[in-house]
Amino acid sequence: MDKVWNSVEEAISDVEDGATVAIPGFFAAGVPRILLRALIAKGVKNLILACGCGPLLGASEELELLVKNRQVKKVIDSYALYRSASKGMQDSFEQAVRSGEIELEVYPMGTLAEKYRAGGAGIPAFYTPTGAGSVVEESIVTNIVENRKEKETRIFDGKKYVLEYALKTDFAFIHASMGDREGNLRYRMTSRNFNHVMATAGKITIAEVENLVEPGEIAPDDVHTPGIYVQRVVKVPRLTFAITID
Amino acid sequence: MKFEGLPREMIALRASREIKDGDYVNLGIGIPTLISNWIEGKDVILQSEIGMTKTGPLAFGEDVEQDLINASCQAVTQLPGTAYFDIFESFGMIRGGYMDVIVMGALQVSSKGDYAGWSNPARGLEVGNIGGSMDLCAGANKLLITMEHTTRDGQPKIVNELSYPATAKGKVNMIFTDLAVIEVIPQGLLLKELYPGLTLEDIQSVTEPKLIISPDLKEIEL
Repeated sequence: MDKVWNSVEEAISDVEDGATVAIPGFFAAGVPRILLRALIAKGVKNLILACGCGPLLGASEELELLVKNRQVKKVIDSYALYRSASKGMQDSFEQAVRSGEIELEVYPMGTLAEKYRAGGAGIPAFYTPTGAGSVVEESIVTNIVENRKEKETRIFDGKKYVLEYALKTDFAFIHASMGDREGNLRYRMTSRNFNHVMATAGKITIAEVENLVEPGEIAPDDVHTPGIYVQRVVKVPRLTFAITID
Repeated sequence: MKFEGLPREMIALRASREIKDGDYVNLGIGIPTLISNWIEGKDVILQSEIGMTKTGPLAFGEDVEQDLINASCQAVTQLPGTAYFDIFESFGMIRGGYMDVIVMGALQVSSKGDYAGWSNPARGLEVGNIGGSMDLCAGANKLLITMEHTTRDGQPKIVNELSYPATAKGKVNMIFTDLAVIEVIPQGLLLKELYPGLTLEDIQSVTEPKLIISPDLKEIEL
């Protein structure tokens, strides 16, 4: 079962306007930068980018282009803004959020992780203690007022829990250190972060891999993401990037 | 009013003394991260919510590895015994209550142990960076706050009621500032340690809730 595609351009050719795309990465680590660049080159619009912890702060050049090209309708994330308020005022993404041109929907990070996990695992919704006692339990946190849908809560054993829904995406872009032709993937160090869980949540999961190997070359005990979750694999070069969100 | 107190590194040093051998610890962005400089020699394991236990010291020069960062986006190192794992595993152990001590920075803390840290209304945005803070609070066994005692213009950050959006309610156990060490107890805030040279009137003048004075009140012990 050979899932290898020749180029990132071909691998994302059916990503259309309005698609929801999962973008893993925790700040600078594990971001599928080359797939993001292909998305920029393709120029598709009205994208919903479903993130976990600031991959677009880590890949700030790519974010700047996505905003400049007006390709993004909405970002879902737990940490999407510069920590420094003054730097944020200069940032084109934050300006687009302030003007309402881009929607920013915010969740606690562990809730996001669980939303993708549930999406990939056939669970429609789940109760979590996270966010009880904050605005997170009242409604969806977003800059677009009409989208602040109320949330449900429930008491278990005297403690309040918030109902959160699963998140499945049209596509998931994955960055892996190693992948075989059948889509088994292996990550390095902390670049794993959201990659595996998002691979399970994508209806079509496309993995850029720094090393493409034959089936069996990743020892069966060492596979992090079984190939059943991965539809397409593309070999990419290993990039060098700055480790910063400032 | 603004008083001279401990520098940030010394706030971190004081808070680090609450961390005991055998503790699994998660440190938030800012002053909490500096605590990692003060736990050498202790049998403590740092969890980083990006997906790592036994996080090593910061990496410099040739040791920098672009696939290995902590949750503050700093290059770090691994140690014998380090484990890497997926993000939902990471937050499973956080919410599941496996962290012994969690240290966070804060914009405000109330006398009931509520705390606000994710959104500063002065920024004029109704969204903000929640990151892992709310999950960490949900699972915290012991939640320590390290912060400056007042804002830059001298306004109290320890308040009767939060005016900033809450991160969590009733979760804070202790507060370490440049001026004082305070424990949150059912009756309110217990002042346990004070920066040398400050009077009780001084500390009360920059703290909104009425402080309960510990019978064992002493100077901040570093």
